[in-house]
Amino acid sequence: MAAHRCVSSALLVFVCVLSVFTVARSQETTPPGGHGAPATDGPQTVTETTGQTAGQPAAEERRWEATEVKEATPDESAAEEQEAPAADTAAPSAGPRPKDDFQEELVIRPLHSGDIYASFQFRTLWETDFTRENKVSHYRLFPKSLGQVISKFSVRELHISFTQGYWRTMQWGQPYQPSPPGAELWVWFQDSVTDVDETWKELTNVLSGIFCASLNFIDSTNTVQPSASFKPLGIVNVTDHRFLRYATLPREIVCTENLTPWKKLLPCGSKAGLAVLMKSEKLFHSSFHSQAVHIRPVSPTSWELRQTLNVVFDLHTSGQGKREWSLFKMFSRTLTEACPLASSSKIYVDVTDNPQGEQFELSPATPLLSQEVVLGDRRTFSVYDLTQQITFGTVRSLNLLIRWKSSEGDMLRPLLHGERYVAGYGLQTGEIHTLMYNYHPYRSFPVLLLDSVPWYLRLYIHTLTVTSKGKDNKPSYIHYQPSKDRLRPHLLEMLVQLPPNSVTEVTVQFERALLKWTEYTPDPNHGFYVGSSVISSLVPSIVAMDTNITQERPLFSSFFPCKEESSYFVRVYTEPLLVNLPTPDFSMPYNVICLTCTVVAVGYGSLYNLLTRSFQIEEPSPGLAKRLANIIRRMRGVPPL
Amino acid sequence: MAAPLTLLLLVAVTLRAALFRAGLTDLISGRVEVVSPLTAWKRVVEGLALLDLGVSPYSGDVFHETPLIIYLFHFLVDYAEITFILADVITAVALYLAVKDYNKQVFRKQRYALEADRYPLDCLEIIRSPKEMYYIPLKVAMFYLLNPFTILSCVAMSTCGLNNAVIALFILSTIKGNVLLSAIFLSLATYQSIYPLTLCAPALLYLMQRQYIPVNFRRAGFWWFIAQYAFMYLGSLFVIVGLSFFLLGSWDYLPSVYGFILSVPDLTPNIGLFWYFFAEMFEHFRLFFLCVFQINIFFYTIPLSIKLKEHPVFLIFMQLAVISIFKSYPTVGDIALYMAFLPVWSHLHRFLRNIFLVSCVLLACSALFPVLWHLWIYAGSANSNFYYAITLLFNVAQILLISDYFYAFLRREHHLTYGLYLKRKDGSEATLVLK
Repeated sequence: MAAHRCVSSALLVFVCVLSVFTVARSQETTPPGGHGAPATDGPQTVTETTGQTAGQPAAEERRWEATEVKEATPDESAAEEQEAPAADTAAPSAGPRPKDDFQEELVIRPLHSGDIYASFQFRTLWETDFTRENKVSHYRLFPKSLGQVISKFSVRELHISFTQGYWRTMQWGQPYQPSPPGAELWVWFQDSVTDVDETWKELTNVLSGIFCASLNFIDSTNTVQPSASFKPLGIVNVTDHRFLRYATLPREIVCTENLTPWKKLLPCGSKAGLAVLMKSEKLFHSSFHSQAVHIRPVSPTSWELRQTLNVVFDLHTSGQGKREWSLFKMFSRTLTEACPLASSSKIYVDVTDNPQGEQFELSPATPLLSQEVVLGDRRTFSVYDLTQQITFGTVRSLNLLIRWKSSEGDMLRPLLHGERYVAGYGLQTGEIHTLMYNYHPYRSFPVLLLDSVPWYLRLYIHTLTVTSKGKDNKPSYIHYQPSKDRLRPHLLEMLVQLPPNSVTEVTVQFERALLKWTEYTPDPNHGFYVGSSVISSLVPSIVAMDTNITQERPLFSSFFPCKEESSYFVRVYTEPLLVNLPTPDFSMPYNVICLTCTVVAVGYGSLYNLLTRSFQIEEPSPGLAKRLANIIRRMRGVPPL
Repeated sequence: MAAPLTLLLLVAVTLRAALFRAGLTDLISGRVEVVSPLTAWKRVVEGLALLDLGVSPYSGDVFHETPLIIYLFHFLVDYAEITFILADVITAVALYLAVKDYNKQVFRKQRYALEADRYPLDCLEIIRSPKEMYYIPLKVAMFYLLNPFTILSCVAMSTCGLNNAVIALFILSTIKGNVLLSAIFLSLATYQSIYPLTLCAPALLYLMQRQYIPVNFRRAGFWWFIAQYAFMYLGSLFVIVGLSFFLLGSWDYLPSVYGFILSVPDLTPNIGLFWYFFAEMFEHFRLFFLCVFQINIFFYTIPLSIKLKEHPVFLIFMQLAVISIFKSYPTVGDIALYMAFLPVWSHLHRFLRNIFLVSCVLLACSALFPVLWHLWIYAGSANSNFYYAITLLFNVAQILLISDYFYAFLRREHHLTYGLYLKRKDGSEATLVLK
């Protein structure tokens, strides 16, 4: 009896505490109107999700949070699987939804060069508030390591990418998520951060540990604060660029040790779902590899984590000339299941150029087709929904296979393209040329060019010329921050109008500095890397934008928020530059110090000599015998000879 | 005397104008021997461009000129070539007038000494005659205007030419005995590049000599004069610095100009000793050697002033030479200024010991600078040590040159007191040695 009473009283106390807690929390987050208002700014998917969650009663949410998270998980995922839509693209589910949600998808795009572009995206949405006072301690799908980083460093938005290889825009078209070679990191901090530079430094060191990358080499000499090129992608309440930091490490080499921690951030790891395909020996045997993490708030109380991985496989050479690929060939694995924690898990294959199946044959065939406007172009995709058992067929495994029939057909040329190179010879001066191509036949559009050049290439801004079609094209906006030696790089941002069907050339001269011998890299004659220029633009769309915005769209088509219906946002990265600097002779610091000091001593010595001595008549010195005799005579006290 | 000078000026101006018209500016202004990060015209233009963009020219590390220069060229940028030619002409004319006046005084002093029978009898052959002194001012102007170093510096539009003009005006006003103008030009020169500060010692000595104030620490007149000069100097320096502050609205230029001169962050090769030394320096010794090298320049002032207190003009020459050898960003324009004084000491030639060797080395080095630079930077077949070796040799030659002149000057003074043909006790011909 006593035990019973004890248990019941404990239960009572627990309920009381719970109710008090719930009341307090619901008071804390009373204005529910905040969910809807800013969602219009965000991408379409955000609207959908936040709309659903906002519609639920607040009390239900609270209760859900207070109960044990572990118990809820299997039920929820089971419910998700049952609820999955049968034929159409996902319909909104009616039942109670968890506060976090995970989606995965893979887009496969056969490229005209014979390569295959595979783009993975994993999205975790979580309704929580990292900025509030008490720390978030219960993590389910969202990786704890990143959540702690967000709350500790008051991060508003974080974008990090690691890329090996250069995206060939003219052969492959635009990527879904552009990224420069090497590592790129840009972060918006909350406006509550007082010392942004210090926070940034700590953050880069922490991220360096999380991703096993050399991000700790990001310091003030390669960090800039772009004024216009990098706007927040989530909901906006701070656009003062004092809270933005942007840095690239063009020399960063991406490999397995960066992929493993990246995979660990996924809820299923690499155990189930699409992530089983990510075998590093295959992913890094490719022409292009880029992995990224994007964190942004999509409403005042919910955060989105997107992990993306883009690979381009050169199957033409590895396939012994046969143009044929399959999942197994690419990844040496086939798919058997979706990630049990995912609310949606899909594979899209771009079949736009193959409407009647005359170019390639796709097997197994799927009845599901989806049309999306992505990067200003209406594309058709075959969709494989992995949450349905029927997708895996009788062999309980999905191995997509494309067999080419003809290699004809041409690619839609990207409208915006950028190139960069260094001109000049010798190690004294040089000139950076940036070429921007506008292939639009009749429309001109403005682009924002961002250049961050290290301090040891001293730019001369008065030599800046912008020419298109042989004429001077004056930028309408220039933001230039000159470098400080050993402190900060040059930052050049400008808004240039690109005339239709033209090449715009931006040139600027620079001078190569001689560094201290300790400032050179271990292989100084390899050269120094200069990060890619970033060209950001709203490019006029070829296809009019889909007016039916309520329709749910796949993730890859909704990354950048589009405000203007007739144009879409594109960011193009140019090649990084490799520039040689004059080098001192590393083997002889001692010699140089000795020789220079000798010369100074010669100067000092000869002047000292003339200053302290006076002219005297030289008397012939007496012979040795006489001197000895004089010494003896002096000792004897006799006058010398 | 005015006609040859006019002719010389015409020739010099025509030569420069022709070189400007020949489009050699771009070629020459890229030479590291001719322009330094402090004086490069390209950087002045960059500063003007930054000013036009609304960015402070001192927020970056490209522009290191003083605010007065940038505002001068803000108005004169279209007439820059004429400005630089004019600066050279002013320098030459100022030196011409200064040396003319100085020679007059030297001659007067010599006459008094002769009348007082102060010189030994056998010294007549080292007594200076008005005939040999007649062409010295013209030679000085010619040495400055037709020196290839000056011409290169002018065609490259190195602002070193302007600094030289200020220093030449300072020398002129000092020799003319104008205390106020001397202090103003000295403060301008100091403001342009810190090192001319050491020229205040010869200026004080000369002005006191001229006003018959004895250099005696116990006399109030001596201190009163120093206080006057210091007041005028500091006052004008304060006005100039304040003016620069009001032109720019910030003190950014102080670290960017003077911090840059003193801490030597830019290691672009030049003809000086600093660049390679500090490129190869061990990090923990950097500050120590920086202090040693900078103090070295200022250090010679005191002992030289004591030794040469009767000869302030020679002291000016020595100081200019020391500055141009040991300063942190020297260019050939600095060398040209002190070389212009060499004709003034033409009477010392019989006492010079190794002038032939030194002039050969200087000529050879001047020719080798561009060759080795090309081999290192463009051909890639040599490395930095080659160029460094030439800078070392060039500086050794300069040091030998000025110590030789110093030696000859002291020796002549010794002979003027003790006679030219000295005899030993036993009557045989004696040799003079420093002991």
